[in-house]
Amino acid sequence: MTAATPAVPVPVREGRRPHPWVRFGVRRLGRLLVSMWVLLTASFLMLHAIPGDPVRAALGPTAPADLVAAKRESLGLDDPLWQQYLHFVHGFLTGDLGESLLSRLPVSDVIAQRLPATLWLAVLGFLFAVAIAVPLGTAAGVLTRRGHGRRTELAFTTSSVVLGTVPDFMIGVGLVYVFGIRLAWLPVAGNDTPSAYVLPVIALGIGPGVILARIIRVELVSVLQADFVRTARAKRLPRRTVYLGHALPNALTAALTLGGLLLGAMVAGTVLVENVFAWPGLGSTIVGSILNKDYPVVQGIVLVYGVAVLVTNTLVDVALALLDPRSLIRED
Amino acid sequence: MSSLSRIWRSPLGATTAALSLGVLVLAVVAPVLWSDRASAIDTDHLLAGPSADHWAGTDSLGRDIVFRTLVATRLSVELALLSTAIGVVVGLVLGTAPLLLGKHLGRLVSAAVNIAVAFPGLLLALFFAVVFGVGATGAVLAIGLAGAPTFARLAQTLVAGVASREYVAAARIAGVGRVRVLLRHVLPNIAEPLVVNATIGAGGALLAFAGLSFLGLGVQAPAYDWGRLLYEGVGSLYVNAGAALAPGAAVLLAGLAFNLFGESVAKLVGVSTVVRQVPVAVARPGGAVDVPDTEEGDGDAAPSDVVLDVRELEVAFPGPDGRPVRPVRGVSFAVARGEAVGIVGESGSGKSLTALAVSRLVDDPGRVTAERIELLGADLQARDTRAQRQLLGTSLAMVFQDPMSSFNPTRRIGGQVAEGARHHQGLDRRAARERAVDRLRAVRIPEPEERSRQYPHEFSGGMRQRAMIAMGLMGSPALIVADEPTTALDVTVQQQVLDLLAAIRAADDVALVLISHDVSVVRDVCDRVLVMYAGRIVEDLPVARIDEALHPYARALIAAVPDMDTDLEQPLAVIPGRPVAPADVPPGCAYADRCPLASARCRAEDPPLLADATGHRVACWHAGEPSSRQELAEIAPSRLKLEPTRREEDQVSADSTGSTGGRR
Repeated sequence: MTAATPAVPVPVREGRRPHPWVRFGVRRLGRLLVSMWVLLTASFLMLHAIPGDPVRAALGPTAPADLVAAKRESLGLDDPLWQQYLHFVHGFLTGDLGESLLSRLPVSDVIAQRLPATLWLAVLGFLFAVAIAVPLGTAAGVLTRRGHGRRTELAFTTSSVVLGTVPDFMIGVGLVYVFGIRLAWLPVAGNDTPSAYVLPVIALGIGPGVILARIIRVELVSVLQADFVRTARAKRLPRRTVYLGHALPNALTAALTLGGLLLGAMVAGTVLVENVFAWPGLGSTIVGSILNKDYPVVQGIVLVYGVAVLVTNTLVDVALALLDPRSLIRED
Repeated sequence: MSSLSRIWRSPLGATTAALSLGVLVLAVVAPVLWSDRASAIDTDHLLAGPSADHWAGTDSLGRDIVFRTLVATRLSVELALLSTAIGVVVGLVLGTAPLLLGKHLGRLVSAAVNIAVAFPGLLLALFFAVVFGVGATGAVLAIGLAGAPTFARLAQTLVAGVASREYVAAARIAGVGRVRVLLRHVLPNIAEPLVVNATIGAGGALLAFAGLSFLGLGVQAPAYDWGRLLYEGVGSLYVNAGAALAPGAAVLLAGLAFNLFGESVAKLVGVSTVVRQVPVAVARPGGAVDVPDTEEGDGDAAPSDVVLDVRELEVAFPGPDGRPVRPVRGVSFAVARGEAVGIVGESGSGKSLTALAVSRLVDDPGRVTAERIELLGADLQARDTRAQRQLLGTSLAMVFQDPMSSFNPTRRIGGQVAEGARHHQGLDRRAARERAVDRLRAVRIPEPEERSRQYPHEFSGGMRQRAMIAMGLMGSPALIVADEPTTALDVTVQQQVLDLLAAIRAADDVALVLISHDVSVVRDVCDRVLVMYAGRIVEDLPVARIDEALHPYARALIAAVPDMDTDLEQPLAVIPGRPVAPADVPPGCAYADRCPLASARCRAEDPPLLADATGHRVACWHAGEPSSRQELAEIAPSRLKLEPTRREEDQVSADSTGSTGGRR
């Protein structure tokens, strides 16, 4: 059997080096794994970096000593550090994140129950940000391209800087006051009805949205001066095709790099926004758990946020590679 | 110091600087002045709304919100500055690690910083808040350390920029220790951007602190900062909105003030190093004699044979002082079917803009005016219509200077070549693609089928330029406008591209307008050459008679090209002086300042472009004087020199009748 099949060379494309996509995939996956490992180790060490006995801290000074000892025993805190570490990594890989010190529920159950609400909020917030950023940034870019609309530019830049600097939770509080209390148009807590999504999504997305719009404008203005836009015009394409077909994708490529960071920040932004709107997601859970010193839950949720950020960044890089094939061959 | 005064002069800088200063002063004086009133309990007014006594109402113990907010300034600012300081110091230590620890350890630290930077600050702050515990101390450490990776990244970049400079290398070679190099040579040079960013960071820290306190993880009662007040205020939002409004406004104002102050300083400091692109000069259009119509000059070709007809073309841009700058000033020429016309001149002579203007590619704010611009008899000055786009899209091909930047980097070559045909020739995607492949084959791109699926960066420079030509051949061009098509290419590839253009011309009787600063290229390819100077055509003559050029500038330009007879012992000939800036065209002949023949008339009156019987056009009062090139060479200061003075030029000019005095 083996003798009958001649050694067929792997069809490497055109006999050159591995395909750029393969090399990109390997490189990017490697980076993701290393970052994951750092994250895992950091959240493991977090528990051990807490001064004093975390179990004692969680159960309170009045808890009987044998209860604390039993708890330490069950958490494996008396084992050698390396053994605990292996146990922790193994648990992470098999989806076992320990159990809550207080409710005794498995942490993975807590997360599974709370994650969807946060995910929805983050995804909708991001979509909202993009939905305002792309048209706003494009319009501002076209209006303020070389030598145009100095005043528009000043107004746009100033207002977007100010709006982009206001923290999302303060926008949230403002929205609650105006639309929830004064006007009483929209619900301000929970996620029971579709209308309850409106304010949290706006609070989360508007800041990143205007920042992204600003980046898109700056990029578009510079792309509109590029030679290839002149080429597109030399082909006498309709204006719309020149702006949206040639200029915008290139502006978005650059905007995406910075937008990726923004997306990561939005994942974290959900923590504050959730606390404004009593959103039943991970954000309100982690804050409650920090205050109650329920460390396994905190550890688990930190891991989830961290993984979410890392995965987001990787997806952004992949999207970047799809939009701009040059980034495939760019070494980091 | 001067940058400081400039900050005061910019409205945003002055406002934010004043606000930041105000916040700092308040932080010092507020607790001294109002601590008592801030903690005075008024049991008659618990959770009261705004009133004359309490402008923003009271909290649950009846304490005045406004005074509490004012007093909270100190703690809020203190905590923010403290955590910024922690962030900067830790960031600096991490960021300078590569310098201090050497290559390998340093690389490890950089890698760690790169991973940490990927995580949002708030997430890091939560992480550290768990480690350091809930409370003000924990929050300061948490926000400080959460900001450290960003500062580390910044320090890395700054240090890398400074560390490669000569004086650092010299200090190292001289055996100066690493720490000493860092403290004496590196830190002082990166201090400015670091401080600016720390200011921005302080604003961010202030807002982040409010966030942590708002979550209940920051300052704990009975101490209070703005975040804590906000946290308490939001709890009573339904009863007294003022309790949330006052501290919220304070946080925002202070945070924005620090943040924007830093930003405007950064902007001003950054801008001061960038030279303004538009030359600040006064346009002097007055005094220039209008170019008379030169019917005879371009009337040679029969009307039906004229592909491009341009009369009195002008391009103007708004100048820095509002008056228009005119880089192209009254250019008239015609191109016959199959004719190749070269336009030569130094940079700034307006040759490229002329090409863009006749192709309708001058973008706002540039203005193109002309008596006539006609392509194949169609008026190109008419409004942009579909029919006109179609005519231009199929009959006029453009080839630009830099084939790398002239292709959209994110699209495949084939699609870009095919695109125009889909719009103008009504081809569907497939048909357009097939034609594109065929056209790529026609410009001798190997394996056009495969190549059409590649991206611009996968093409060599010469191939990209040929693909650009293929793009123009999608229609049936009557005219190719090539703007410095070989300048960005390797010498070996230049000839291929020129040969290709010549072959296309010969095959389909396509006219060619070739813009070049290289007389020898034009001599190779073209039938006729237009010499441009300062936005005007100064001479128009057949290439075959190029050695009989009459205009001193044209002669100098031609003489500047070394040939086989050039004496290599001698320095190469150059034209002394500098080209005239479009914003600063003098009255009279623009070349007069550099011209060895210039007389008083030249400086007063701009010579018209006049044609002789053969259609040879020249614009010079002294055209053809002295008659031979040798004589001209003798009087012209054609030795290499940088900036000849006016006096020197006057001394050597043959018939100088005395200087007309300073022009400025």
